[in-house]
Amino acid sequence: MRILVCVKRVPAPGARINITADGQAIDTAFLGFTMSPHEECAVEEAVQLIEKHGGEATVLTLGPAEADEQLRYAASLGVANAVLLPITGGDWDPQRTASAISTAIVDIESTDGPFDLILFGNESADSGGFQVGVRVAHALGRPIVNGIKGIDVQEGALMARREADVGVEVYEVPMPAVLGVKEGINLPRYPTLKGRLASKKVAVAQVAPTGEPGGQKLITLMPAQEQVSATVILGNGPDAASAVVDMLEEIGVLK
Amino acid sequence: MILVVVEHDRGTMSPATWEALAAANNLGEVHALTIGKAADGLVEQISVFGATTVHQVDDAVLVDYGPEAWGAVVAQAATSLGPTMILATGTDRGNEVMAHAAALLDLPMVANVVEFGDDHLVRVRWGGSLLERCSLDASIQLVTIAHHAFPAVEAPVTATVSPLWVELDPALSRSVIRERVERAAGVTLSTAPVVVSGGRGVGSADGFAPLQELATSLGGVVGCSRAVTNLGWRNHTDQVGQTGTRIAPDIYIACGISGAIQHWVGAMASKKILAINTDPEANMVTKADYAVIGDLHQVVPAITAEIHRRRG
Ligand SMILES: Cc1cc2nc3c(=O)[nH]c(=O)nc-3n(C[C@H](O)[C@H](O)[C@H](O)COP(=O)(O)OP(=O)(O)OC[C@H]3O[C@@H](n4cnc5c(N)ncnc54)[C@H](O)[C@@H]3O)c2cc1C
Ligand SMILES: Nc1ncnc2c1ncn2[C@@H]1O[C@H](COP(=O)(O)O)[C@@H](O)[C@H]1O
Repeated sequence: MRILVCVKRVPAPGARINITADGQAIDTAFLGFTMSPHEECAVEEAVQLIEKHGGEATVLTLGPAEADEQLRYAASLGVANAVLLPITGGDWDPQRTASAISTAIVDIESTDGPFDLILFGNESADSGGFQVGVRVAHALGRPIVNGIKGIDVQEGALMARREADVGVEVYEVPMPAVLGVKEGINLPRYPTLKGRLASKKVAVAQVAPTGEPGGQKLITLMPAQEQVSATVILGNGPDAASAVVDMLEEIGVLK
Repeated sequence: MILVVVEHDRGTMSPATWEALAAANNLGEVHALTIGKAADGLVEQISVFGATTVHQVDDAVLVDYGPEAWGAVVAQAATSLGPTMILATGTDRGNEVMAHAAALLDLPMVANVVEFGDDHLVRVRWGGSLLERCSLDASIQLVTIAHHAFPAVEAPVTATVSPLWVELDPALSRSVIRERVERAAGVTLSTAPVVVSGGRGVGSADGFAPLQELATSLGGVVGCSRAVTNLGWRNHTDQVGQTGTRIAPDIYIACGISGAIQHWVGAMASKKILAINTDPEANMVTKADYAVIGDLHQVVPAITAEIHRRRG
């Protein structure tokens, strides 16, 4: 199998998100970077599918030069190839991102052969537009189902499981296919020392991204409204139990 | 005209659709689009929220939900009905269908909107912990609305039914549901009245037993943080947060959880929050309604014991 995974470099905020003075980005001065947990699981799934069925996985990102870090992280887990579509000066909108990614995929496939499966996260951690994967699938003329929490490879098709409000749905999706993956599909491994060393040697291919800006444009980021409540300290240690149960009675949950 | 895509499963309408219809009703004349014959009986429920026309689409491909087929229906309805805006629910299905329609129409799509301005929209990022004001330049605005951002206000009218003919490529049924297992009835994490969650501070998988006892004594369920799922102590189905489950219990009891923003967004709809933590400065503690400062391994069993004592 040939599998491609698309990931996005995002900051990893802790207790709160601070916005830059111009309102255009998250203040990342004191932050590390990561990818969405959905995408970490997509990487893990690709590695597991390759371990089971043979083949090779590739990871791709459109982002700043520093996104090299996320590509090498994926490589340290067992992804063989990495592709960077470098951009400068902030995020691209979803249409433009999808257009650049699909053009790059067509390009890669024309020389290296088609991908049987392309994995996306269900949504990116930061912008959460719920669309880049779907747009890429349409541009390539391939089927896509989102929210996937289980993949079973069969002859020419995938059985893809998702958990909906109503229960579990299993989709049959013919290959070549695209899937949007959700956290919970697997438990991502941690990189081994050997994997980390090997990832340093992976050659990251650079493809200049192309794509016209789309119709959605960021004006400014704003903090979400927070309900400020003064915390009532009910006590310290086990002695607080009585005050806690008083409170549970008062709010009516102790029946 | 604003066209609202009715989300339903085999004829049962999702409450998120009531919110979408009500949100649309504040913006202009509302029509609704129902997909599949099973939804034909929804006209009355839809008209309760102010939609004056219900466009009904039926096709053999549409017996069950299918993302590509539903997206194609929305795209064709956009072309034949000419709405100024199409609104859908900001749910897994709603966002998915709109993304398909947007790709087919080559139009932008704005997900999870919480506010409609004159010349801008406000949407949520980071699962709700950050807002984005954006402009949307499009011949038809494709928008999904965030969960619980608009109240489901009723505005009953009498709706006209209008069958809408679409031409669906049978190839659109290429990703189809082969199997369906309906969820068993019972309390789930997203509907439980009480959730007792544990974080890294619980220390081990076994450490969850006292949390389970407390949850059981209150008719609730156990949840956890992502640190816990990553450590393999609990299944991801128990995870509360941005990439887990959003909960809204009467009380959320967070034990040994620091309250990272990605966890908080999943828990913030709780009516009350009690944090149990050794660190009085932890974000979970400073944001909670109530807190106990102390070791959860002592505090949690003491609470359960006190509940049993009072019940006799
Ligand atoms: C894109 C993205 C999405 C994410 N999605 C989620 C998500 O859906 N859900 C989620 O939970 N996280 C999510 N995270 C991870 C999140 O950022 C935090 O890493 C995680 O929530 C931390 O879990 P924790 O609070 O259990 O652990 P920690 O942050 O390590 O906190 C442990 C807490 O336990 C306390 N403690 C220790 N011992 C005791 C004791 N004996 N008694 C009482 N208290 C004790 C400590 O004081 C501390 O406050 C996401 C991160 C990213 C980047
Ligand atoms: N800049 C990017 N580079 C690579 N993949 C991306 C990028 N942005 C989004 N994606 C992929 O598309 C998915 C959906 O993103 P979004 O539409 O932003 O929610 C993400 O989970 C990623 O897998």
